[in-house]
Amino acid sequence: MIASAVVDLSRIQFATTSIYHFLFVPLTLGLGPLVAVMQTLWHRTKDERWLRLTHFFGTLFLINFAIGVATGLVQEFEFGMNWSVYSRFVGNVFGAPLAMEGLAAFMLESTFLGLWIFGWNRLSPRLHLATLWIAVAGTWLSGYFILVANSWMQHPVGYKIVNGEAQLTSVWALLSNGFALRAYVHTMLAGLIFGSIVMLGICCWHFLRGREVELFRKAAKLALIVAVPVTLLQLIVGNRFGEAVTSAQAMKIAASEAQWDTCQPCSFSLFQIGGFTKTDPTPSFSIEVPRLLSYMATGSFSGRVQGLNQLQQQERKQFGRGTNYMPNVRVIYWSMRVMAYAGVLMFLVAAAGAWLYRKQKLEKAHWFQRTAIGAIALPYIAATAGWILTEMGRQPWIVQGLLLTSKANSPSVSTTWLAISLAVFITLYVALGVVDFVLMRRYARVDPGSHEDKAPTAQPAPGF
Amino acid sequence: MSLQELWFILIAVLWAGYFLLEGFDFGVGMLLPFLPRDEAQREMMFETIGPVWDGNEVWLVVAGGATFAAFPAWYASMFSGFYLALLLLLVLLIIRVVSFEWREKSKSPRWRSVWLGANALGSFGIPLIWGIAFANLLFGTPLDSTGDFTGTFRDLFHPYTVVAGVALVVYFAFHGAVFLTLRTSGDLLARARQTARRLALPAVAAAAIFAVWTVVVAVDRNGKNVFPPVLPAALVIAAAALAVICVIGGRSGWSFMMTSLGVVLLVATISTSLYPRVMVSSPSFSNSLTIQNASSAHYTLVVLTVVALIVLPIVLLYQGWTYHVFRARVTGEETGSLAELLHTGTDQPRSPRATI
Repeated sequence: MIASAVVDLSRIQFATTSIYHFLFVPLTLGLGPLVAVMQTLWHRTKDERWLRLTHFFGTLFLINFAIGVATGLVQEFEFGMNWSVYSRFVGNVFGAPLAMEGLAAFMLESTFLGLWIFGWNRLSPRLHLATLWIAVAGTWLSGYFILVANSWMQHPVGYKIVNGEAQLTSVWALLSNGFALRAYVHTMLAGLIFGSIVMLGICCWHFLRGREVELFRKAAKLALIVAVPVTLLQLIVGNRFGEAVTSAQAMKIAASEAQWDTCQPCSFSLFQIGGFTKTDPTPSFSIEVPRLLSYMATGSFSGRVQGLNQLQQQERKQFGRGTNYMPNVRVIYWSMRVMAYAGVLMFLVAAAGAWLYRKQKLEKAHWFQRTAIGAIALPYIAATAGWILTEMGRQPWIVQGLLLTSKANSPSVSTTWLAISLAVFITLYVALGVVDFVLMRRYARVDPGSHEDKAPTAQPAPGF
Repeated sequence: MSLQELWFILIAVLWAGYFLLEGFDFGVGMLLPFLPRDEAQREMMFETIGPVWDGNEVWLVVAGGATFAAFPAWYASMFSGFYLALLLLLVLLIIRVVSFEWREKSKSPRWRSVWLGANALGSFGIPLIWGIAFANLLFGTPLDSTGDFTGTFRDLFHPYTVVAGVALVVYFAFHGAVFLTLRTSGDLLARARQTARRLALPAVAAAAIFAVWTVVVAVDRNGKNVFPPVLPAALVIAAAALAVICVIGGRSGWSFMMTSLGVVLLVATISTSLYPRVMVSSPSFSNSLTIQNASSAHYTLVVLTVVALIVLPIVLLYQGWTYHVFRARVTGEETGSLAELLHTGTDQPRSPRATI
């Protein structure tokens, strides 16, 4: 009983801190290259408006980056702090990409970002521009190593079990894990969606108030050039990623569709009421698209998708009775839909924005501007739902098929310690979140390149 | 030399890099509330470490990651066993990281003093906790046969461990003051010199007590021979004493070399005192974690070695280049910021809405 309370609290803490961390990371991944493109355009065209935009969005990028770094430290410590059994079990394999991330990627982004921030007058313009691109490359490399590590938990490869520990047998298998490569593309596209959708929303806020319209039209154009293809591509890539999950984690797909029994062909449930528990497997109401699930899960309209009940029987035979191998079906079903529907909405917003831009109506269409400001929330919702799907969909496993979450926590950590740490993290993160939100809002609303932006409280910032 | 021994040394090198580099950041942070005369001087102090502190802190991330990868059992036992201490450490790390970026985001004196205070608090607290943690690796904590910590939070506090933490704080304050004598100018430089002289003797004393007590603990409690740990310990005292002489003689460059060397030798003292153990168990000494029983398998260590041999030199090159770029003394006149460039880049001050 005590043990399970410790596991539950450890899971809540890890989920809270990693979801929080990932509110900041994808914006760093996406805004970085966009700011770098702006500075490149300034460098090429000498048009000072691009420099002002670089400064404006660069400030937001840095505010966001700081908190991403700070919360990232927590993630690295927590594996050992809360999951010592897990850490001993996987360290041989899982530790390697984390060490590589620190040495090869995080060093790069931190050092070169320092050069970028303080190097404006000390480096030649070309070299200074290069420092930003290198820092951005560091953030993207960082993401790769982290996703290699996470994907090994979803789909372990290149290892053997020796004396109850996973040992690495092929680093190439680890680094070229198909699951990791798909997850990487999916996550980097998510980053670009964050960057472009947030940028579009901020531009629209300024349009709505008629401020610096010429300037923000340039930024909006850049945001739309990225957002339209990337949101569309993400719908396709997300779907392909689903196929990889089907082969590696059949239970996750079955749960995300609330598919209790094996089907062929399978229809996709768009919305349903009920049907989320074993005792109530049939929804009282549902809207379905015939054969779509077969296509999404297998790439063929007549593909076969295994049901939760059949998978449960298989896993019991394989891994032993006495464990429920099904994740929380209701949570997984809805997190998958929230993610996918938010993805579709972002594509629609981007497409509508591009259409208005072509008609030269973007600066006048107040309805769209309000929509785009609201749409800033969408990437955050989609990313959070996506990680809930990925991580809760893997349960009860912490490493798919190898180690159960319930057996992976730190035996030396008591419920009291956990209660303290959880309370501390929640308090600290809420406080940080409030300050970050206030700062981001303030700096998203200042006039770019004006005197106020260095010190918005010296004079009351407009509209704040 | 076995790969385990190589990685024991490499991890010591990473920690030495972290303490050497972030050590003077901490020192500057500790002196923030005391040393500067006015806001302009506070600004200058921030500017001395502004471009580099983030790159310096990554050495911690790498040290943590390398420990996880090369010695998973060490990482697991240490991080879960020192849970509450590391929780406090994380809180301090976080508020310190954001203080750098957030302080300058407003001109309100209150806002600025809050984040300056956060930075100073972190700069005192983080080395204090690391000192206590490392001293505990050597002094020993209760571990069971699987390496899990069985003690309480209070078991981490013993005169030796607390003195080790305080000694690290005092030494880093000195290291930071010496760094400031190398990087500042004018009145702030004079004040930094004065502070460095005042801190010199306490810092030598702190380093000497830490080093000697460490060797005593290793010999008395863990049955180590006096040699080799006594060698780096003696050199710690020599380096710190030389640093004092250089400080009094006004030779900033040499004194910084000596304080830096002192940090590296302190890490060497702890490492040689620990070896071949990485985390001592007490009272059940046989449950101690060693470089053999805590390490990853051969293949993982080979992979890590190849990666480290290729990447580490590159990291040293570009971090060294960063220090070269920012080698000029901070004068408080030229900020090098983008805002400056924006305002000087145009012929006349731009009114906020001029382009509409």
